[in-house]
Amino acid sequence: MLPELGQIALIGALLISLTMGTLPLIGASNGNQKLMRVGQTGAIAQFFLIAFSFVILTWAFVVQDFSVEYVARNSNSLLPMQYRFSAVWGSHEGSLLLWELILCLWTFAVAIFSKKLPDDFRARTLAVLGWISAGFLLFVIFTSNPFGRLIPQAVDGLDLNPLLQDPGLIIHPPMLYMGYVGFSVSFAFAVAALLGQQVTREWVRWSRPWTHVAWAFLTLGIALGSWWAYYELGWGGWWFWDPVENASFMPWIIGTALIHSQAVTEKRGTFRNWTLILAITAFSLCLLGTFLVRSGVLTSVHAFASDPTRGVFILTYLVVVVGGSLLLFAIRAPGMVQGSNFAGLSRETLILLNNLLLVVMAAMVLTGTLYPLLLDALDAGKISVGPPYFGTLFALLLIPLAVLLPFGFYARWQEDSLKRLLGELRVPAFAALVGGVATYFLLPTAGGWGVAGVAGAFWIMASCLRYYRERMTANPGQRPGRGETGMIIAHFGVGLFLVGASLTNPVSSEKHLRMVAGDSFELAGYNFVFEGTRGVRGPNYVADEGEFIVYKSGKRVTSLYPQKRRYSNGQVMTEAALDPGLTRDLYVGLGEALNEQGTAWAVRLYHKPFIRFIWIGALLMMAGGFLAATDRRYRRPVSQKAETRPTDANLAEAPA
Amino acid sequence: MTPTRKRRLIAVVLILAGVGVASTIAFYSLQENLLYFQSPSELAQQPIPAGRQFRLGGLVKPGSVERQGESLTTQFVVTDGPEEVTVEYVGTLPDLFREGQGVIARGALDDSGLFAASEVLAKHDENYMPPEVADALKESGHVSMQSKDEG
Amino acid sequence: MIGRLVPVILFLALGVLLAVGLKIADHKTEIPSPLIGKQMPEFTLPVLGQPEVMVSHEELIGTPFLLNVWASWCVTCRVEHPVIEELARSGLIRVVGLNYRDEEADAQAWLARFGNPYALNIADITGRTAIDFGVYAAPESFLVDPEGNIVFKQIGAVTPEVIEEEIVPRVREWGKGP
Repeated sequence: MLPELGQIALIGALLISLTMGTLPLIGASNGNQKLMRVGQTGAIAQFFLIAFSFVILTWAFVVQDFSVEYVARNSNSLLPMQYRFSAVWGSHEGSLLLWELILCLWTFAVAIFSKKLPDDFRARTLAVLGWISAGFLLFVIFTSNPFGRLIPQAVDGLDLNPLLQDPGLIIHPPMLYMGYVGFSVSFAFAVAALLGQQVTREWVRWSRPWTHVAWAFLTLGIALGSWWAYYELGWGGWWFWDPVENASFMPWIIGTALIHSQAVTEKRGTFRNWTLILAITAFSLCLLGTFLVRSGVLTSVHAFASDPTRGVFILTYLVVVVGGSLLLFAIRAPGMVQGSNFAGLSRETLILLNNLLLVVMAAMVLTGTLYPLLLDALDAGKISVGPPYFGTLFALLLIPLAVLLPFGFYARWQEDSLKRLLGELRVPAFAALVGGVATYFLLPTAGGWGVAGVAGAFWIMASCLRYYRERMTANPGQRPGRGETGMIIAHFGVGLFLVGASLTNPVSSEKHLRMVAGDSFELAGYNFVFEGTRGVRGPNYVADEGEFIVYKSGKRVTSLYPQKRRYSNGQVMTEAALDPGLTRDLYVGLGEALNEQGTAWAVRLYHKPFIRFIWIGALLMMAGGFLAATDRRYRRPVSQKAETRPTDANLAEAPA
Repeated sequence: MTPTRKRRLIAVVLILAGVGVASTIAFYSLQENLLYFQSPSELAQQPIPAGRQFRLGGLVKPGSVERQGESLTTQFVVTDGPEEVTVEYVGTLPDLFREGQGVIARGALDDSGLFAASEVLAKHDENYMPPEVADALKESGHVSMQSKDEG
Repeated sequence: MIGRLVPVILFLALGVLLAVGLKIADHKTEIPSPLIGKQMPEFTLPVLGQPEVMVSHEELIGTPFLLNVWASWCVTCRVEHPVIEELARSGLIRVVGLNYRDEEADAQAWLARFGNPYALNIADITGRTAIDFGVYAAPESFLVDPEGNIVFKQIGAVTPEVIEEEIVPRVREWGKGP
């Protein structure tokens, strides 16, 4: 009975979203308050219905109702309770419902937190969000219903894929979706602004905090995915340029460009069309990503089960949403703003360069991801694009980005002098030199890229610290607000990330070898001693557990217990053992038993220095994003006036 | 030409040049990193010269997996029905690697026709249940039913 | 205005590429089947439940059939089963079951419970024959023409759309079923 109620709730939400999509638009164009308010009531009603639906699906998992086919496919009587919750998004149908839930959550938030927006703008924004939701609900109801029954019901379920039975997988999809779906809000804002011809600086100011929060969540989601892949897949890698990973990375790159473009539009009034296009593109890439991983168009070790019929639906949805908004842009985008020119050397130029580089980067990733499809379509063979393509290009593009970053910090709006800038950057340049030289001598295996990366990272981090110190010693009224502090923290995080990303691959060591109890092997100054294996049991698996004791200079550092698990559904999985550390990780994975008795094992040993810096850097970026979103100026009441031309008064708003 | 126009022109030229450079590097890098995918039958029809990296896909032929002593070297045969290729891999195989299961190996053929793999991948589709599940599922079904009876 | 149309045009080009990609994916298998158009692999297998009665591939040549690879442990097969039953009931083509790596008792119980639409069921306990067919997992189905050639392979469950688009047209070419 309950699952059927869940289904009815979905249909109810669909009807509401369709209503939300139409009435407020009509209301906005003829000033009808009642119709406009439908947007808000619709958002609230829709959210509660979808939440209800989601709770029902979760309940079916918790009580193990194997008469629901989705539960039977993704769960098992032995599945521990915490994974019954995350199994809800373990595969296609449930993860789509999660997507929809989060979309409704964001829509709900917009309805609640936008009291200060003009009514017609708010109405249009909610209407756009309503249409997005309607499309998704149609998709779920007609092709991906999670509430379908399995009659007669299964005796027991197939079990959740063991790779997903992990704490990382409990939070990674929700956080990723919070970011992914969150870009729908900046998208809706952009479309609403185009529809109402209100592409003003105020419009950008309203949309900035939403963009920051979405971007911060996406950063977190991607970082979690990378960290999870690292410890769960057991091969020491943290990024594979897999199509599914690229699908989440491309919106992130464009989202970063969007944030920068919004800053310029808010403070200077220019780059309006950039901001619009980037807002549309960011969400379009999110939809594209959803399409790529679910349609069977690309093969990936990550992808959901391929189903071309679903693919057709998403593609149609994609064409309507993205094509429609781009067409709207072509027709309604505002003309050039008079005045507000900027010089060759100015913050505006540097941010423009930054955005160009980021767009090229995203285009490069997109090309590499879709190239196999293109060649296949042209019948030129089945190919895959190797990671070095992405890695090399990414590194090459990072060079100008990293070099220009501190210039962007210090540069004044509108016009600046090179001499002054170079003066400011003397200290960071010195720090970069120190960093590079230190790396060269202390870490001989770092190589050219490693040295350059650390130098670049020090260059960035030193300028962040110096800039912060300068700003903090300014007059009390002019101290940095949360927006600026958040920005500094985020950029510092970029530097930290760069240290980890540049160093960890060249400086890591690994060894695959055969070991029997009593064997030891020395890797990077650490002595790994294998003490043998024993059998252990988990709630839904049995495992061989190895014991490794690690020594350094004779002193015991840690004990590691990697496992080779065999789950109740027959699937075998490695659970690597990790000793995390700020400056290095030690990592052991069990391969397979090399003899009948199970006394000799294939073992993988890893020493991975600086790898944590990657995720700590990403977390700092996220923290900066969240902090910036809470800046007081975003909560200022909003003027109902139409577009304001930049005046001297506006120019004074900008810092430094 | 006014200074502004001149600056704009320089900017446009620089940007176009930059994009041009980026595209060239990108295209070159793309070509360098393309890995072709062949099944054993396709390989039989269109042989690939020794030493050229590509990806070989098929099923692991049951009974063909041989580990060499207690070393990390494994040999197995990849088949797609009519044709077969022998693959040799040094290292630990992925968890999903199983006889009768789909596999994709990346590497190159050596002079003797043996495929030396540097990477072996096995994929698990969520919809598709490989037969390995058979025994374990039945076993666990029996186990859980028993415990339900006892409980 | 023209400059502003660039994003839309680029996007539509992308849309076309993706649509083409979908068409390919529709017929794409990760490992394309090389058996299409060729004679089905040779085999001699026992009838399910009658291990002393052997059936060879030659005996199946002459009348077209759909070889449906299934097993009692396969959940998707259960979802597919009503479609197979409907197909058999329609008389369009006979369906031969290949019971894949299963235990006889379980297979018989499954058929008793869910229905047995198969004209014939042969048991491939080890899965060797299935490997010869290039079977990955269950369910998969093979459409075999009156000469014994495999003309179509369905990976995953047979759906009404697959019957409509792939099986019906081909059967009409050969003339009707059993």
